Order: sequence, then C-alpha cells, then structure tokens
Amino acid sequence: MPRKTLDLGLEIEHLSILDPSGEADNELVPQIPDDMLLRGYRTMIKARRFDERRLKLQRSGRIGTFAPVTGQEAAQVGTIAALAENDWFVPSYRETAAHFWRDTDPADMLLYDAGYNEGGKLAEDGRLTPLSVPVGTQMLQAAGIAHAARMLGADDIAMTYFGDGATSQGDFHEAMNFAGVFDCPVVFVCQNNQYAISVPRARQTRSETLAQKAVAYGVPGIQVDGNDIFACYVAAHEAVERARDTGTPTLIECVTYRMEMHTTADDPTRYREDDEVDKWRKRDPIERFGKWLKGRDLLDDDAIATMEDEIKDEIETAWQTASDRIEELKDTDPMFAHIYAEETPELARQRKRMEQGQNPGGWSDG
Amino acid sequence: MAELTMVEAINLALREEMQRDERVVLLGEDVGVDGGIFRVTKDLIEEFGEARVMDTPLAESGILGFAIGMAMRGMIPVPELQFSGFAYEGFHQLESHASRMRWRSQGGLSVPMTVRMPYGAGVRALEHHSESREVFYAHMPGLKIVVPSGPRNARSLLLAAIRDPDPVVFFEPKASYRAFREEVPDDEEIAEIGKAVTVREGGDITIVAYGAMLPRTIEAAEALAKDSVSAEVIDLLTISPLDWPTVTASVRKTGRCVVVHEAPLSYGPGAEIVARVMEDSFLSLEAPVGRVAGPDVHVPYFAREQRYLPDCARILGVCKSVLDY
Repeated sequence: MPRKTLDLGLEIEHLSILDPSGEADNELVPQIPDDMLLRGYRTMIKARRFDERRLKLQRSGRIGTFAPVTGQEAAQVGTIAALAENDWFVPSYRETAAHFWRDTDPADMLLYDAGYNEGGKLAEDGRLTPLSVPVGTQMLQAAGIAHAARMLGADDIAMTYFGDGATSQGDFHEAMNFAGVFDCPVVFVCQNNQYAISVPRARQTRSETLAQKAVAYGVPGIQVDGNDIFACYVAAHEAVERARDTGTPTLIECVTYRMEMHTTADDPTRYREDDEVDKWRKRDPIERFGKWLKGRDLLDDDAIATMEDEIKDEIETAWQTASDRIEELKDTDPMFAHIYAEETPELARQRKRMEQGQNPGGWSDG
Repeated sequence: MAELTMVEAINLALREEMQRDERVVLLGEDVGVDGGIFRVTKDLIEEFGEARVMDTPLAESGILGFAIGMAMRGMIPVPELQFSGFAYEGFHQLESHASRMRWRSQGGLSVPMTVRMPYGAGVRALEHHSESREVFYAHMPGLKIVVPSGPRNARSLLLAAIRDPDPVVFFEPKASYRAFREEVPDDEEIAEIGKAVTVREGGDITIVAYGAMLPRTIEAAEALAKDSVSAEVIDLLTISPLDWPTVTASVRKTGRCVVVHEAPLSYGPGAEIVARVMEDSFLSLEAPVGRVAGPDVHVPYFAREQRYLPDCARILGVCKSVLDY
C-alpha cells in the first residue's frame, strides 16, 4: 500500500490521583513516609505565605518585583521531592516551593529580591543553578549537566523547570532533542500555568497537550494534574528512576494555574476573568492535600496552627536576617567582583578609577 | 619541530589537551566522523572516541547551552561552531549565561569552555561565511576573545584558552587556515591570554593588527621599510581583555599609530583602540590615529570580497597619510 497509518505506539497518559475534594485513588497513592508527606505540606504552606509576605514587602518598597508561586506548589514540591540529594535542580524564576524543599535560605531569596547580587550566591557543591530569567534557556544546561554527570561516571541526574510559554522557545526543542539524542538523564518539568504573562496557553501551541511534544523527540511524556501532589510525585518518581537507570529523559506537563500575577508588575485582571480564577481556586493544591492528610489523621487544625506560627516566625526571621545583611551591604559596591576568576588589568583600572570617584574610562596624569 | 598549517596546529592543540585532561570534550556539527568541515578535528574521534568527540544535532544554541551545562558539571567543553556567521542562534547562551554564570552565582559556578569558530573573508565562500564580528563578543563582560594569526600562536593560545577558568571565544581566521606553514615546537608552548606580541620592532609608526590581517600588515611594514620607514607591528592576539600597556608603550615611542581590521569601520575594534590611544598617549601623538577597516557594508559575495578586505595598498595608504600629517 502506498499510503498507510504508521503505528508508532504513541500514547500520552494523563495522571490524576488526588481530586479537589481531597479524595484519592488509593491504588495509585504512592508509598511516602508520613514525615515526608508532612514536610511536603509544610513546604507548600511556606511558599504561599512567603508570597504573601513578599507582596507586602514589594508594595511597601522594601523589595523589588518577584514572580509569585501561589497555585503551583504541588507541581513544584511533588516533582522536586522525587530527587535525591545529589541531583541537580535547574530552576527558572518561579520555583519558590521547590527551592524551599531543597532548603534554599529564604533570607538569601529576600536579599536577591531586594536587589543584592549576594542573594544569588551559590555553594560550589549545591547542585543548584541560579535563577534563570531568559525563558527556556536553562533546559539545555540541564541536559548538559546530566550528560556530563554520566560521562564522569556519577549517578546524579538533573530536573529542570519551565512554563507553558517556554515550550514555544527554540531552546525547548533543542534541549528535548539533545537530551533524546544523547540519552541524558534529565527530567523536564513543564508547569503549564495557563499564561505567559497575558498570553493564554492556546496561543502558545495548537497541540492538545504540551506533554505530547515529547513524542517528537522519541522520549516519554506524561500529563498530570499539576495541583495534585501525588500525581506530580508519581510521574516525577518514575521519570527520575528511568533517567537514573536508563538515561532516558522525560517531559512532564503539570497542568496547573498561576493564581496571582506573573510578577508584581502585572495586572492579571486585564487578561482573565474572575470566574476563571474562582474555578481554579476550587482546585487548590494545598487545600486538597490538607484534607487528605486530615482524613488520614496525619494533620489536624492544631497542627496546622502550630505549623503556620512556625512558618510565620521563619519568614520574619528571614526578613530580619535579610534586613541586617542589607544594612551591612548597602554601602558596599562589589560590582567588579566575579566577572572573571582573576580580575583583568583593565577591570582593575576601571575599578580603581571609580573608587576615586572618576569615570571608568579617561586619562591619567601618568 | 614540525612545519604545520594553522589547521594542523589547532588539531595538535586539541589532541594535546585531550590527552592531558580527560575532561576536555569536543562537540559540534561534523566534528566527529567528518573531522570538521575544515578538518580541524581530523582523526580525533578515532583516538578519543565518540563520547569525547561528539557529533551533535545541527543547533548552535543547543551546542552552546549543552556545553555550558557540561562545564558547570565539571567538564571542559570545546564546542565548535562551524562558521561565526551561524553563531547567532547560540549568541543568547553566551550573552545571557556563559558570560554571567560566575558573576550570577557569585563564584559558585563557572563555565570553563572554549568556543571555537572560524571567522573572516577570503575563502570564496557563500553568504554568512565571511563576516568578522568579534566586537559583538568583545562587548560582553565575562568573556575573553582570542584571535590567533598563525599556526604557532594558534596552538599556544588554544592550550591557554582551554586551561582558562573563564569562557573564551576563539576566533580562527579561516583565510589563514592553510595559507602558510610555521614551525611549531614539539614541546608544549602556552601563550598568555591578554598579551599582545610585538612581531616587528620599529620607531616611526605603530601598526596594530590581528588575525588574518596580520600577514597583510607585515607585507605593508616591509614595503614601508623599503622607503626607510621603520614600522612597529603589534599582533593583538587577544581582543578582550586587550593588552593596553603594549600598545601604549609602542605609540608613545613612535608617536604614530594605525589600526587594521577587516571588521566594518564604525564601532569596530579600531574605534576602541583609537579612543584609548587618544586617552593614554595624546601628548605623544604626531598625527591622528589611522584606521584601515572594511566598509560599513555586508561582505560582498566572493567575486568581490577582496575589494572589501583591507590589503597591503590600503594599509600603506593610511600609513602614509599618518606619516605625512
């Protein structure tokens, strides 16, 4: 026959385990120790409260703009929790909840938000890359990190985060393609939060799902309810195992919703209706997980109140620490630091001139 | 001691570094089985295997973004971009990440990567294969921009670039790839990035050049010598960070300066050099500083590319204007 349908065995799964009412499909609920479940819940609450606190700090001019995570806590905590300690976390710029799971210090994050480079300082063995602002570019680096780990005979893998808008970027394609061709142990976590600032998901692609884009690269793809922490964890856990054992990359589409603005500089009422936001509010990731934990007697209102108090203290302590550091740093000017491993003679010249109140360029009497 | 072309000398440097340090990895389009379209990576896949000489998908951002990731995870990647005219897809990864990673992470992460790319006109190639856009990269803080001019310094500079802890863009003057041979020592010879070399001493005029313009500049200096003008020729070798003390010392001695490059005139490297010579050596100058450059046009298709490129006559013309001022 000259024309026939090719059977490529292409199927895209959708996974949902915990519904908005807090009811779970018990056959699909992953085996997770109680302390880890509670840590996950606590991390989600902390990320949300951190958003709330940061919004006040931003509105009062204490910090600059930031990208709120509210609504996406399950997509982040559910996936990052599947990583081992020595695995790489390659974030974009909205991964507050994932950062908290990996113990990034909120004081550093606040220092960064307040406009101090020192807040972005990374440990050499932190297995973390910096916040990556240009959309989609970090995915290629995650693939390279994972590939290098393999070449060095190590077993660490990489997990990288991005949004629905990033799937329109060429770097998304190149990263998926390189990862597929070179069998890179990397997990691509797409948080489909429905908007790239104001542009809706439907304007990014005509594809019915983002997960199906994996098919073109010959790698597994799965769509999950991104507000369901169990679905996110199960998909991520499978992807991490597959990456570590076979070097196969995976694309996970977490269908979620950005409940707040893109950044504090944005007004979402210009491009979406309250009804839509209300609809997603009923699918809140924290609320459903809390209900499930309560149903299992792992959590009660007293425990939640205690947790909330502790988190409030942690955030206040972090802001105090950040404020103290701002006081220490505000009159320092390390703009010439870390441009190169060793300061070049030209940079030394420019630095000294500026320290003397001159322009970087110009002539001297010598 | 072997007489090598620049292609052979670069190949030698890559082999030496790969033998010395197993973290050194080559990646790019056609660098493996084909040995590179200019044969710069010839036979390396046979010696080091396809894991260390990686034929990649045809995607420049992919090559550089992947290499940045490898570098952050402890490898020393040496990506090849087939022509500098195709580097722009990957430009974003250099500007937004490679050049900034050390700074952004406050010293936590670094990108010890050497990006090789052939540049420049003169090999009768198609559109996009002849440009000289080193200033795009020289304008980025955090990168080092190196341009060898001959086989011997190509080898010694590439060894230095690969060992450098910061990202280096290594522009290879493809017109010089096979134009001449030079003796390259058997023993390891490592240059210092950021150091210019005075290749010809003289007292009457300083001529600053680099890359494929170096042979034409030497030719002009020899012609001037026949007219009893003694020209000092400085081969920059590194465009950024540039070796100002060497340039300044020479101009203060000669009082006259001409800069030669094939990049377009406006905002070219010559503009920066002229400004610095003015700042550093104003009272020593006997004449305005001259610039010999390509015009502000796209490089013509190859039938007329030599009209675009500065040649000995154009260099001499500007030198004479400066000398007669």
